[in-house]
Amino acid sequence: MKLATLTLAATLVTGAAFAAEIAPSDVQFDEYGAVDQSLTGTPGNPEEGEKIMTNRGLGNCVACHEVSALDYAAFQGNVGPSLDGVADRWNEAELRGILVNAKKTYDGTVMPSYYRVDGFVRPGNAYTGKAADDSFGPLLTAQQVEDVVAFLGTLEYEE
Amino acid sequence: MKFKALTAIAALMVAAPALTFADPDDDTLVIEGQEMVTKTDLPAHMEDANMDMIMSGWHFRSDETQALQMDDFDNPGMIFVDQALDNWESVEGSAGKSCASCHEGPESLAGVRATYPKWNEDAGEVRTIAMQVNSCRTENMGAEPYKYDSTQMAAMEALITLQSRGMPVDVAIDGPAAETWEKGQEIYYTRYGQLELSCASCHEENYGNMIRADHLSQGQINGFPTYRLKNAKLNTVHGRFKGCVRDTRAETFSPGSPEFVALELYVASRGNGLSVEGPSVRN
Ligand code: HEC
Ligand code: HEC
Repeated sequence: MKLATLTLAATLVTGAAFAAEIAPSDVQFDEYGAVDQSLTGTPGNPEEGEKIMTNRGLGNCVACHEVSALDYAAFQGNVGPSLDGVADRWNEAELRGILVNAKKTYDGTVMPSYYRVDGFVRPGNAYTGKAADDSFGPLLTAQQVEDVVAFLGTLEYEE
Repeated sequence: MKFKALTAIAALMVAAPALTFADPDDDTLVIEGQEMVTKTDLPAHMEDANMDMIMSGWHFRSDETQALQMDDFDNPGMIFVDQALDNWESVEGSAGKSCASCHEGPESLAGVRATYPKWNEDAGEVRTIAMQVNSCRTENMGAEPYKYDSTQMAAMEALITLQSRGMPVDVAIDGPAAETWEKGQEIYYTRYGQLELSCASCHEENYGNMIRADHLSQGQINGFPTYRLKNAKLNTVHGRFKGCVRDTRAETFSPGSPEFVALELYVASRGNGLSVEGPSVRN
């Protein structure tokens, strides 16, 4: 009985989250590139966000950024700035905007857009070198973006 | 907003020592007693590029990898030169000829690597060395062409490249080659794939920086063909281009395609003035 209630509750949450999810092309930016509204309505999970940041097949953020809190992830790059203290510099809406489409915040930046599906030149099918097919989607799902935003929110300088 | 920018700059300054650590080194490349030009002034056509000088990819590799290229006995690429020397002399095809039948020794091809890709008047096209090798094979020898980026082709390119070792790269970009060169330049600056990165994003804006475990070089091709420790084979220019475009999550172009031929001419011209140093060793 207990189990059934739990499963039911879980279904409801997923169902609600799905209904509220904003599609990549419907995301609203303000004039500085920030995205105020959560993409899913479900608060991000910072632990999941941390995994996404270091996973080569997902965010792979450490390919370009150093993050002291993730120092166990070997070979952090320095193409982008260090993300230490990033939560002191940007609020949640701004961080979400940088993840969804960093070009709206930084004109011409090399940082990829993690939640966008159109406007690419010769988009491929992941890293196969072949053309994109029907499976083409954003680099991260809406919830994964929220998870990373939640993790970035923990990166404050200690006083 | 202003405050944020300032904090961001402060954060960048904290990160600065790491940048110095990843800078290209000042070592001197001497191969078999011959000193190579591995850093030199920008070619005139690159004056608008945001860089101080052009540099060989050798400067961005570890001391151990660098050393392998300084001694021909340690350079695994030289094994392929020997293999190509056998092919140079072997008769193939319906005309009963080998490379040696027309060219005598490979040293007759000194200077070729330094000036290719090059406009071919009769064919009315810009030709890479690989295209020329295959044209000799099919038209002069009546033999099958090599696959464009096969091991045999890479080996033959290594043999031909070695004859120009130490000569300055000097490809022509004007006259009939100009149109191809411009097409190559456009490809170089196009941001391909889902990651929207151009050659310039990595090799002009970020050389010297680390992208994960890789120390980004200027993506010069004066060292090609290149023996890579990572895949333990000799790699062609177009093979490398294909890998780099694939890594932007893009649909790549094929080795030997008009796009990669144009890109090769353009990238070669960004190295005008560096020594031909192939076959080189990279990781
Ligand atoms: C290919 C390189 C690259 C990748 C991959 C990348 N970034 Fe960035 N990022 C940059 C650059 C470069 C900047 C600085 C903006 C500029 O000047 O272009 C930046 C800026 C940022 C900023 C603002 C930093 C500050 O200090 O103000 C945040 C936050 C950020 N990135 C988060 C991420 C996250 C999270 C990921 C992965 C999900 C990621 N980045 C992946 C290159 C990258
Ligand atoms: C995502 C980043 C990235 C992009 C975009 C990229 N490359 Fe590279 N490239 C690399 C890395 C990493 C290496 C290996 C380290 C090095 O030599 O820079 C490399 C190596 C090379 C090399 C070998 C250099 C040597 O000395 O052996 C060449 C040539 C090259 N790239 C050309 C290109 C060209 C041309 C393009 C555009 C079509 C391109 N790259 C796009 C990351 C990139």
